[in-house]
Amino acid sequence: MDFNLAGVHWLSDLLLCTQPLPVPTIPTERQFYEENKPFTCLDGSSTIPFDRVNDDYCDCRDGSDEPGTAACPNGSFHCTNAGFRPTFIPSSRINDGICDCCDTTDEYNSGATCQNTCREMGRKERESLQIMAEITKEGFLLKQQLIHEAKRGQEDKQGKLTELQGSKKGLEEKVEALRTVKETAEDPEKEAKERHLKAWEEQKELIRMEKDKTRMAEAFLELDDDADGYVSVAELQSHLELDPDSDGSLSETETQGLLGGADKVDTSTFETVWSGIKDKYLSEVSQGQSEPPAPVETPQEEESRDFVSDHDSDHYPEDYAGEEDVEDDEEDDHEEEEEEEEKVPPTVQTPEKREDDEVSMPPYDTETQSLIDAAQKARDDFDEAERALREVDDQMKNLEKEIGFDFGPSAEFAYLYSQCYELSTSEYIYRLCPFNRVSQKPKFGGSETNLGLWGQWAGPEDNLYSVMKYDHGQGCWQGPNRSTTVKLTCGKETVVTSTSEPSRCEYLMEFTTPAVCQEPASLDEVLHGHTEL
Amino acid sequence: MAAFIVRMGPLLVLWLAVFLSGTWAVDRGNFKTCDQSAFCKRQRALKPGQSPYRALLETLELTNTKLTLQLINDNNKVRLLLELYRLQGNMTRVKINELKPLKPRFEVPDVLINDPPTEPLSLLSQDENGVVLSLGADSQWLIVSAKPFRLDIMEGREVLLSLNSRGLLAFEHLRIRKDTQVDPEGAEKKEETDAANEPAEGETAKEDGMWEETFKSHTDNKPNGPSSISLDFSLPGVEHVYGIPEHADSLKLKTTDGGDPYRLFNLDVFQYELFNPMALYGAIPVMLSHSAQRTMGIFWLNAAETWVDISSNTAGKTVFGQMLDYVQGSSETPQTDVRWISESGIIDVFIMLGPTPTDVFSQYSSLTGTQAFPPLSALAYHQCRWNYNDQEDVAAVDQGFDEHDIPYDFIWLDIEHTDGKRYFTWDPHKFPQPKDMLQGLVDKRRKMVTIVDPHIKVDSSYKIHNEIRSKGFYVKNKDGGDYEGWCWPGNSGYPDFTNPEMRAWWASMFAYDQYEGSMENMYTWNDMNEPSVFNGPEVTMHKDALHGNWENRDLHNLYGLYVQMATAEGLIERSGGVERPFVLTRAFFAGSQRYGAVWTGDNTAEWEHLKISIPMCLSLGLVGVSFCGADVGGFFKSPSTELLVRWYQTGAYQPFFRAHAHLDTPRREPWLFGPENTALIREAVRQRYALLPYWYQLFYHAHHSGQPVMRPLWVEYPQDTATFSMDDQFLLGRDLLVHPVTEEGGRGVTAYLPGKGEVWFDVHTFQKHNGAQNLYIPVTISSIPVFQRGGSIIPRKARVRRSSSCMEHDPYTLFVALSPKRFAQGELYIDDGHTFNFDKQKQFIHRRLSFANKALSSRNLAPGSQFITPSWIEKIVILGASKPSKATLKTPDGKENLLEFEFDASMSVLTLRKPGVNAGVDWTVVLQ
Repeated sequence: MDFNLAGVHWLSDLLLCTQPLPVPTIPTERQFYEENKPFTCLDGSSTIPFDRVNDDYCDCRDGSDEPGTAACPNGSFHCTNAGFRPTFIPSSRINDGICDCCDTTDEYNSGATCQNTCREMGRKERESLQIMAEITKEGFLLKQQLIHEAKRGQEDKQGKLTELQGSKKGLEEKVEALRTVKETAEDPEKEAKERHLKAWEEQKELIRMEKDKTRMAEAFLELDDDADGYVSVAELQSHLELDPDSDGSLSETETQGLLGGADKVDTSTFETVWSGIKDKYLSEVSQGQSEPPAPVETPQEEESRDFVSDHDSDHYPEDYAGEEDVEDDEEDDHEEEEEEEEKVPPTVQTPEKREDDEVSMPPYDTETQSLIDAAQKARDDFDEAERALREVDDQMKNLEKEIGFDFGPSAEFAYLYSQCYELSTSEYIYRLCPFNRVSQKPKFGGSETNLGLWGQWAGPEDNLYSVMKYDHGQGCWQGPNRSTTVKLTCGKETVVTSTSEPSRCEYLMEFTTPAVCQEPASLDEVLHGHTEL
Repeated sequence: MAAFIVRMGPLLVLWLAVFLSGTWAVDRGNFKTCDQSAFCKRQRALKPGQSPYRALLETLELTNTKLTLQLINDNNKVRLLLELYRLQGNMTRVKINELKPLKPRFEVPDVLINDPPTEPLSLLSQDENGVVLSLGADSQWLIVSAKPFRLDIMEGREVLLSLNSRGLLAFEHLRIRKDTQVDPEGAEKKEETDAANEPAEGETAKEDGMWEETFKSHTDNKPNGPSSISLDFSLPGVEHVYGIPEHADSLKLKTTDGGDPYRLFNLDVFQYELFNPMALYGAIPVMLSHSAQRTMGIFWLNAAETWVDISSNTAGKTVFGQMLDYVQGSSETPQTDVRWISESGIIDVFIMLGPTPTDVFSQYSSLTGTQAFPPLSALAYHQCRWNYNDQEDVAAVDQGFDEHDIPYDFIWLDIEHTDGKRYFTWDPHKFPQPKDMLQGLVDKRRKMVTIVDPHIKVDSSYKIHNEIRSKGFYVKNKDGGDYEGWCWPGNSGYPDFTNPEMRAWWASMFAYDQYEGSMENMYTWNDMNEPSVFNGPEVTMHKDALHGNWENRDLHNLYGLYVQMATAEGLIERSGGVERPFVLTRAFFAGSQRYGAVWTGDNTAEWEHLKISIPMCLSLGLVGVSFCGADVGGFFKSPSTELLVRWYQTGAYQPFFRAHAHLDTPRREPWLFGPENTALIREAVRQRYALLPYWYQLFYHAHHSGQPVMRPLWVEYPQDTATFSMDDQFLLGRDLLVHPVTEEGGRGVTAYLPGKGEVWFDVHTFQKHNGAQNLYIPVTISSIPVFQRGGSIIPRKARVRRSSSCMEHDPYTLFVALSPKRFAQGELYIDDGHTFNFDKQKQFIHRRLSFANKALSSRNLAPGSQFITPSWIEKIVILGASKPSKATLKTPDGKENLLEFEFDASMSVLTLRKPGVNAGVDWTVVLQ
C-alpha cells in the first residue's frame, strides 16, 4: 500500500502548512481510516473530522490520527518496505532527514534524497539468511551428533560409574577382608613386640641400676675425702646443689638431715642417702662442665610471614585491594590454595630425641621378626586396597560432577568440558575453557590473568543456554573482580570469534558452537515466514 | 611475638584503611597552602593600618583620558606610578606599577577585547590632603587621599568602595639580589612587605622564599626575586560577594579568616574536595558584590598565582547579636573587606560600579567579551566516556540511542582514540577508518568530539612534535632547553601557546588536510591545559619555565585560555571562517567565554558533587562563562541508579549537558539500568530537546549582551534578600526557575518562588503558584521541578527527534504564562544554527512575542535582519487564561482565520489549535 506524496512542498507554503496527507494505512488498521467519515481515535478518546487525520497536528492522545506525520510524540509510522520486510518506526523519524524505511516513505518532505533499497536489502537478507540457514542446518546436524555423543558419553560415564560402583563394592569388601587379615596379623605382632620391649625394658632397668650403683660407689669415693669409709657431714657440705631450701648454703643440720640424721654414713647406709640426693647430686669431676640447657627456639615464622604479606600489599596494591574486596569463602581457586600452603610455616622441628648413651634396643628375635613381617605385609596389602578404593572414589566423584553439570537440555554442551579454546589478538591470547575458566595472557611475556571462573548459564529466560557467565576472576584496582560474559552463537565450528572489554574488567567473548544451533525452519519458511514478498 | 602481632594488627588495619580511603580523596599534601606559598605567607603576615604609601600630589597629571600620580613607599623610597581611568559604562580602572622597574613587569595581554574606551575625569577640588575627581554625571566622586594613600569611590555621600583603606597595598619592587651584589638601597629602612622584622637577605632568603622556594621535591628558582603585589578593597554595606571561580564551594563566598584565602591557580586536582577554597582547573579573577541597593564588580587583571582573602564585620554574628546591635543602635554598617594577592605582574583592577546586576554583566563583557554563540547542537545532549573503545563501540552506542529512542547530538572520544596519546592521530587498530565512522554520524545528523590536549609526546617519529621542536615553539626550561614533563603520553613537551605564531600554527593543524580523518562534524575538547604536568610541582608546570621572556609564574593562569583560543581559531579557519566552532576546555581565565564551553572537571559520582554543580556553574555564569556543565553521573566512581537519574534531570537544565565516566567505572549508557530508568533518562533528555529553542535564545542573549544563561535568583530579584545565598535552585534566563532534586531518596523539595505579586506555573502540570513563597513540592523519581514565570512566553519544539539537527525545521509551540495582569512577553530567535551568518550577514529571525489586551502578537525585533525558516507555529498554550468565545488569527496579508481551541477550566489552560503561521512573520491572535 502506497500513498501519494505529491503536492507537499514546505517551501512553497510558508504561511500555512495545513495541506493534509493521504492516509498511509496499516493493513490491520485500515478499516478505521475511512475517508470522509469522522475518525475516532483508536483509544476512543475523541472523534475528529476526517480532514484532521494526517493534517500534521496531533489531536488524539494515542497519536492515532497522525499515522503519516511526526506530529504526535507517541505515534508510530508503518513502512511497507516492499521487497524487504515491513516495519514500524517512531513517528519522530518521519521527515527527519534520515532514511529509515528502505522504501523511502518516511522521508517524503524533508529534502533528504533516499534510495529505495528494499530489493537490495531483501536480497542481502535472503543471502545472509540462506548462509545462516545453511550454517544452522549443518550446525544442527552437528548438534545432533553432539547430543548423540553426549548421550553416549553420558551413558559411557554412567556405565563407568556403575562399573566403578561395582568395583568399589569389591574393593570395599577387599579392604574389609584385608583389614581383618591385618588386624589378625597385628595382634601377635603387637604381643611379640611388647614382649620384646618388656624384656628390653627390664634389661635396661638392670643396666640402669647397675649404672646407679657404680655412680653411687663413685660418689661415695668422691665424697669420702679422707677415705675413712664414711661420708661425713663436713664432706657432704661442700655440695651446695643439695641444699634442700635452696637458700644458697648447706647448713650442718641440713646436711645431717640428708644423711638421715647421722653425722656420717658408711657404704651400706649411703645407699639410702644416695636415693635421696642422686637427682641433685653433681659429680665433682663433671661439675662446671655441664652446659645449661639450650633455650627453646621460638619459631620466627609468624612474624616473618606477616612481614611478607605486608610487603606484598605494599608492592601490589592493585591485587591486594582487589582481594580485600573478595571475602569470598567459597573461593576455591586452586592457585589461592597453593599460595596458602606456601604461607603455612614449616612444622616446628621437635627437638630430636635425646641421644641417650643408652645401648639401643637389640634386634627382634626371629620369631617376633617373622610376626612383624607378616603384619607389615598385611598392612601394605590393606593400604594398597584402601588406595585403590580412594582412587575409585575420586574417579566416581569426578564422573558424578561431570554427569551433574548442566550441559544443556540435551547435554549438547558436554563436548566442551575439559576443552580450551584460544583467540589471539594483537596484544593478548585469550583462553576459554568452558565450564572452567577464562584467562588472558600477554603475547609478549607477562603472567596470565584470570578473567573469571565458571559461574552459570546466564541467558534470558527463554534462551538460558545462549550466554555463559564467568566471574570471580582476578580483582581490579579500585574495581570489581574480573568477569566474562560469553555469548554463544550457532556455528559449524567451535571457536572464539571475538573478545572485548566494554567496561573496565568486564569482558565479553563471542563463541560459536553447533551446540546452540536451533532446528532450522525450512528455508522457505525463513524467507517468507514474516514477509510479504 | 604474639603480643607484637596483636598490637600490630589494628595498626595494619588502620594503615590499610588510610591507604584505601586515601585513594578516594584529594591528596591535600600535593597542593600548597598559603603558608607554603612564600609570597602569600609574606603578604598575609602584613598588619593592616600601617600603610607606608603616600601619594605625591605634586606629580599629579590629568589628561583627557587618565590621571597619573606617583606613590612613594616611605619605608624604602621606592616610587610607584598610579594610573586612573574613567571607563565608559560606569567603570573605573586603577593601574599601579613601579615607576622605574629594574625590568618590565608582566601586563596581561589578549584578555581585554580592546583598549577600553575612556571618559574624561575632571578635578573638582585639591588640597594638600588629596584631590576630588568627578566620575561623570551620576554624582559619583573619586577621592584620592595622600597620606596614607587611599582611594574612595563615592556616590552622593555614600562610600561605594575604598582601596587601600586597610593599608594592605604592597608592591614588592624588583631588586638585585643582595648576597651577590651590593644593593644601592642597602641603607634604607625596612620594607613594608617584609613586615616588621625583615631578615638579612641571603642568609634567610631561602627561608623567606624570596629568591628560592622549595615545595616537596621541587625547587623554584626565582631569578627575579620577590615581585608580589597586594591591594585591599572595602565594600561598605555589602554582606554578599560572589565569583572568583573556580572553587568547589557555595555560591556566596565565605570569609577566609582563620583559614586559607581562596586560591586562583590553574591546577589539575585529582579527586577534588568540596567546600574549600583550594584552587581548581580554572581561574577568573572577578568578584561581584551585591546588596539590596547595588551590585558591583572587581576585576583583578592578573594571571599569576593569586590568593583572595575575604572578611566581614557581620560574618559570624548571630541573629541575636545583630538584633542587639540594632536595638542598641550600635550597629556598624555591614562591610566586606577583600584583599587580593598575586605573585607577580602589576596591579590592574577594573571597578565595575553597576548599579544593577545586568549593568555589571554588561560592564564586564564590554571588557573581556561575551559568551561564544555555540552551534545549536552543542546545547543538546553529549554522550562521553573514557573511552569509547573502537569504531564498533561508537556504532553500537549510536545504535543504542536509536533503539531506546533517546536523542543525542555528540559522541565523544577521550585520549584512548589516539595512536599512543599522540593528538591529531588515530589508533590504527581501533579507529582504522575515522571518516567512515564520522560519515556514519553524519548520516544520523550527529556529531563527534575528539580530545586534543596540549601536551605533546616527545617522539621523533611524531610530526606534530618535530614541527613544534624545529620551529622552537615549545615552552623552555630555565636553562633554555625545551621544557619536558610527564603526562599521558609519557615524556611530553608543552607548546608555548602564548606565542601568536605558535597559535597560528596550531590552528592550522585543524585543517581537514592536516588533521587526518577529521570532518566537518568533528569538534574538539582541550583537557589537561592548566597545564597538567604529572611530575611537576603541584602537578603543573614549573614556575621558572619560560614562555619567551616571561616566566610561567607571570602568566600561568592564561595558558589554558590560549590553548582554547588557538583551537577555536583552528575550527573557524578550517571552514573558511563560515562555521561556529565548538571547543570544550577544562582550564580557563577571564575571557575564556569567547572560545567555547567549560566543565567542572573530574568530579565524583556522589550526591554532594551533584549539588555543587549548581553553585559552580552559577559562579562561572556571573563572571561571563555561561556555557558550563558538570559530568553527568560523576566522573570518578560509579553512581547509584537513582543518582544517575537525578543527575540527568539536573544536567538537562544546565547549560552544558554531557555524561562522562572514568575508564575504570562500569558502563553507564542510559539504557543499562532497566526499562524504567531508561524511560526516566529518556524523559529528562527529551525535556532538554523540547526546550532547545529557549536555550538557544538565551545563548544568543549571552553572546549579544553578556547576560548569564544560568542565573542565581538574586540577579533577577536583587532586592529580595532571601535569595542572596540560594544555590540549590536557579533561573534559566529570567523566565524559568529550576529546583532539581539533588537529595538521595528525596520525597519533596522546598522551592522558593520569588516576586511579590508574581505568579509561577509548574511547567509539567500548569498549576499556578504565587510568588514570594516557599513552596513544598512532593516529588517522585520522575519529577524535575521547573516553573515558568507568569508574564513570560517560552518557545519549545514538541517534536523531539534523534538529534537537534533533525528538529531544525520543526514547528514551535508557544507557552504563554500570563501575569496576574494578563500580560506576557517573550522572544523567538531563529537562525541556521551553525554558521556566523547571523552575525556577518544578519541572517536571523528575532521576534518579540507579546500578550496584552487579550491579543498575542509576533513583531520583528531586528528589522535589519533576514532569514527564512520553514518552521511554523504549531500550538499556543496560554496558562492562566480565561475562556474566550473565539480566537482569530490575523496575518499580514489581511487574512483572518478562526482558530479552534480547547479550554481546561480546572487549570485555566487555553490551547489554540494549529495557528500554522510561519514563525518568521508578523501575526496576531486575538481572543474575544
